[in-house]
Amino acid sequence: MRLEYFEMVDRVLAHDATTLTAEARVPDASPVFEGHFPGFPLLPGVLMIEAMAQASGWLMVARSGFTRMALLAQTREAKMRGMVKPGALLTIAVELLQESSGYAELRGVLSEAGRKVAEATLRLQTLPFPAPELESAVRARAAVIGLAA
Amino acid sequence: MSPAASNTFETIADIIAETASVDRAKITPQAHVINDLGIDSLDFLDIVFEIDKRFGVKVPVEAWTEQVNSGKAPAEQFFILGALCDRIDELVAAKQG
Repeated sequence: MRLEYFEMVDRVLAHDATTLTAEARVPDASPVFEGHFPGFPLLPGVLMIEAMAQASGWLMVARSGFTRMALLAQTREAKMRGMVKPGALLTIAVELLQESSGYAELRGVLSEAGRKVAEATLRLQTLPFPAPELESAVRARAAVIGLAA
Repeated sequence: MSPAASNTFETIADIIAETASVDRAKITPQAHVINDLGIDSLDFLDIVFEIDKRFGVKVPVEAWTEQVNSGKAPAEQFFILGALCDRIDELVAAKQG
C-alpha cells in the first residue's frame, strides 16, 4: 500500500469471473498515521473501504477486458470490525453480487491473518475509460499488481 | 399502461416507496420519477438494482441514457412511471420470448 497515492492493492493473488483476492501490506510509516492517530497509528476505516473498493474495481476492469474503468458510487453496510496497525498484511476478497447496466454490486471482506477486520457492500459505476492516459495508467498498474490485461 | 403494466406498476411503486422513502400515495402512473418524486441518481440506482432482481432483467440504463442524450428518445419514455412500467414489461417479454 502507498496510502498517499491511494495505491491500496499490492498484488492480485487470484481472480476469476466473479471473485478476486488480493493482498496489501500496510506501510510501517505514513503521514496518514501522524494524524490518525498521534501515538496510536491505525489504518483509517475509510481506507479499509477504499481497499475493498479498489479490489472490486480491479475485478470489474478485468471483467470488461480492460475496456472500462470502475468508480465507487455507493457504500452499504460497511463495518469496521477490527483495528489495523502499521505493518499489517491484509487480504482483500471481493465477490460480484450483481451486475447491471453500467453498475455493479460487490461484497468485500478485508482480513488480517484470517481475522475479518472490515466488510462492506459496494456499488461501482463502470464506464468506458474517459481519458487515454487513465487507460494507460490502469494497464501499467495492473501489470505491477499481477493482473493480466 | 397495458394490463400487464398495471401489475408491474404496483411492484415498481412498492420498490420506489421502500428504497427511496417516497410516500406511496404520491406514486402514480403519471408521476415523473425525477421531477415529481424527487428521485436522484443514487436512489434511481437502488431502484434499478431492485427492479433487476425482482423482474429478472437487466435494465439498460446506459442505452436509455444514450438515447435521451442523443435526442433519439424523450426522457419521458423512461421517467414517467407508466412508461417505465411498459419498458420493464418489454424487457420481461423479450427475455421470455
